[in-house]
Amino acid sequence: MRKTLAPYLLIAPSLLFLAVLFLVPLVQTIRLAFRAGQAWSLGNFARMANDLNFSDAVLNTFRIVLIVVPLQLLLAIGMSLMLRHIRRGRDLVLWIWSIPLGISDLAAGLVWLAILNDRGYLNSALFDLGLISAPHSYLTYETPAALLGAIVLAELWRATAIVLVVLVAGLQLVPKEYAEAASVFGASPWQIFRRVTLPLLRPSIQTALILRTVLAFEMFAIVLALGGRNMPVLVSEAYNWQYANQDYGVAAAYAVVVMLLSLAATLVYLRVLRTPPEQLA
Amino acid sequence: MAEIVIDGIRKAFGAVVALERVELRVADGEFLALLGPSGCGKTTLLRVIAGLESQSEGRVLIGGRDVSRLPPRARGLAMVFQNYAVFPHMTVRDNVAFGLRMAGAEAARTDRQVRRASELLHIEPYLDRYPSQLSGGQRQRVAVARALAVEPSVLLMDEPLSNLDALLRLEMRAELKSVLRAAGTTTIYVTHDQTEAMGLADRIAVLQDGRIQQLDRPATIYSHPATRFVGGFVGSPPMNFLELAAAGGAVRLGALTFPAPADGPIVLGLRGEDIEEVTAGAGFPLAVLVVEPMGSHTLVTGQVAGHRMRVVLPSERLPAPGEDIHLRPLPGRLRWMDAASGAAINPPNP
Amino acid sequence: MTLRRGIFLSGVATLCAWTLVPIWLIALGAVGGRAAVDSWPKSFWPGSASFATLGSFLAIDGVWTATLTSLEVAVLCMIFSILLGAPAGYALARYSFRGATAYRLLILLTRAFPVGILALPLTVSFIRLGLYDTPVGVALIHAALALPFAVLVSASLFQGIPRELEEAAWVFGCSRPRAFLRVVVPLALPGIAATAIFAFVISWNEVFAASVLTVRHRTLTAYLLAVLSESPLHVQFAGGLMLIVPSVVFIFLVRKHLFSMWGIANR
Repeated sequence: MRKTLAPYLLIAPSLLFLAVLFLVPLVQTIRLAFRAGQAWSLGNFARMANDLNFSDAVLNTFRIVLIVVPLQLLLAIGMSLMLRHIRRGRDLVLWIWSIPLGISDLAAGLVWLAILNDRGYLNSALFDLGLISAPHSYLTYETPAALLGAIVLAELWRATAIVLVVLVAGLQLVPKEYAEAASVFGASPWQIFRRVTLPLLRPSIQTALILRTVLAFEMFAIVLALGGRNMPVLVSEAYNWQYANQDYGVAAAYAVVVMLLSLAATLVYLRVLRTPPEQLA
Repeated sequence: MAEIVIDGIRKAFGAVVALERVELRVADGEFLALLGPSGCGKTTLLRVIAGLESQSEGRVLIGGRDVSRLPPRARGLAMVFQNYAVFPHMTVRDNVAFGLRMAGAEAARTDRQVRRASELLHIEPYLDRYPSQLSGGQRQRVAVARALAVEPSVLLMDEPLSNLDALLRLEMRAELKSVLRAAGTTTIYVTHDQTEAMGLADRIAVLQDGRIQQLDRPATIYSHPATRFVGGFVGSPPMNFLELAAAGGAVRLGALTFPAPADGPIVLGLRGEDIEEVTAGAGFPLAVLVVEPMGSHTLVTGQVAGHRMRVVLPSERLPAPGEDIHLRPLPGRLRWMDAASGAAINPPNP
Repeated sequence: MTLRRGIFLSGVATLCAWTLVPIWLIALGAVGGRAAVDSWPKSFWPGSASFATLGSFLAIDGVWTATLTSLEVAVLCMIFSILLGAPAGYALARYSFRGATAYRLLILLTRAFPVGILALPLTVSFIRLGLYDTPVGVALIHAALALPFAVLVSASLFQGIPRELEEAAWVFGCSRPRAFLRVVVPLALPGIAATAIFAFVISWNEVFAASVLTVRHRTLTAYLLAVLSESPLHVQFAGGLMLIVPSVVFIFLVRKHLFSMWGIANR
């Protein structure tokens, strides 16, 4: 009797906790989004969609996710492969590369604000090199492309580390004999990567992409720090409706949109990057 | 055509020397076993030959071609790994065809050679399965088939049987021998299991601390170990060593006197089965400590002149612990070794 | 050294610089004070570097309290997630029970949702419960973020400790709880500590939930976000540096466990 009850007693607190702080707010958010007063309604979604910033927010969010996530994946794959060829100081390099893992999107936004503001370090460097004669603005309403570039840079800087760490952890699970066997049987470095390493890394790539994409949809402080309200994204709009406008319904509607996008992205990754169980090592 | 020459290979990992100027020549079509305890450098030597590890000094020549600076893929060899390294994301067929595809072989040839290799290793029924759906023994066969499918001139095997259970290991050993004999491939086979090395190899190189201690035919290694280490490592039970003192060109043991090649402290080596039981007073006494009936023979551990000794007696003979038995070495089976260096004093002269 | 090796190593160095230089630059902005922020063109070395700016940053009304609140929230989050997560991890590792798969699925499901955003509806219920604008309230939602991670990692930590060790302790007369305390806990402790530190960092860095659930007792992130448009740049940079430094130190502390933790969280 004791034997069968113990595991349930052990998981019960965490289960209760997640029920109260994950499942309940999840249901509440959906409820809040679809309620107007006492009745069910799509009013919040209509107000959200009719808002001036809505289409910009959707577009910007997608722009950022679609640019940042693939670039991060490529960069992280490259970095993880480079790590395998470092002979000395590998641990130091690995630590340096994973530092941004501990940096919040707000802090990252402030870091790049220091670099990219009108009198920032980028302009100073360009001036020192004689490339510009006066400060250049990157983060204003008039320079949306530069602002987007700044956000992409800051996101690449901050969040490539998480992809890298997941991939390096994944590579550690792949015995090096596979690559060795491939090289003995005549595969070139590119063929080893393409035919052996990449397929074996697929589960890690899947995890990294899910984590990263969900986090990218959630990102907003970096945008606020760099561009203020010049470049709205979905979550910054949710924040504004909740905080500035005190309209919880529309904020919840935004939250529902973000959740649906995250869920959809996760499902797509689960499906497209599925590894059949018989092909697992 | 695919003779392998190891020319003064030295390998150091930082301050640790794994291989100390190894010289080795493997004839075309020969099956050579690299035998030694773990950490002796045998796997490192194999990996240097494969190009997976770069030597600190020396050259590797395969078929007369210096491959020392070439990457593994350009050395024209095949390898079977200890944990098989059969690609989990490819079917058995794709695994076996891997080497041929990398070499850009045309489809017809690939098909033919894949079929031939899988027939040889009896894996045709599993060609469309994934490795995770196979047993350890079957995966092992896939690894060997993958190596043979490229029809290599040189085959390297790194403890290929060590992950199999005892029965399967015995079965695969016999099968490997016949398959490789038929293929006529030059083979270097790394193992720590002396029975595997004895059973499979044309010649055995025994390694210790990065040096080749002895390189010879299995029978010679067994009967004329070049050093005390080789005698103790090869054979089960290992060779017995009695540290004795020779005076006036002779050594006394019980009622027996043997002519010794040198005076002073000397080591007498004697295989456990190279004795016969005699009546009291006609040999030396062994105080029996442990008796292990093995079915085919009886293994007796006892004490003589302050030394442990293990001898092999016929299975029907079961002395009791505490009893004294009397033994005499068979003629011509005594081996003498230098007490300090452990080197054989009368080098094998078969 | 070959040319290829040279190119490779300069690539590695470039990527290291790409990570480190921006941190150096915000540190310059943070210690340089108003004068440095307004100067043009900027120097890439600290001129009259002083920690006076950082000091005056801490002296700004609210900053120091916000920092303390952040600490309090992060420590609470750490405690919640380990206290709740480690037992669940032990259950997953040592027992096979009905519902284990469903439980695992729930844990993984949290990954598909931006959990921080779920703080939105909690505002109302937290006000009702008296948790709104309190460190405990924020720590609760942060623990919801960190808990799934803690469960998965500790499950795998416990799995990595051979059951035989525990069984040996039972055979030699330990009760089950005592065997757990004497054998399992000491072996799992370094990994658990790393997980706890990670929970701390998750909380320390979280912006959205902290901003939504506080007004007066803000965490450092919430404070900085709220004053973003009105405070001078050097104050913002000082705040950014304040956010970065502890995280970097903590990542350094757990660096050995980083990859095994994520390797685990992968499955």
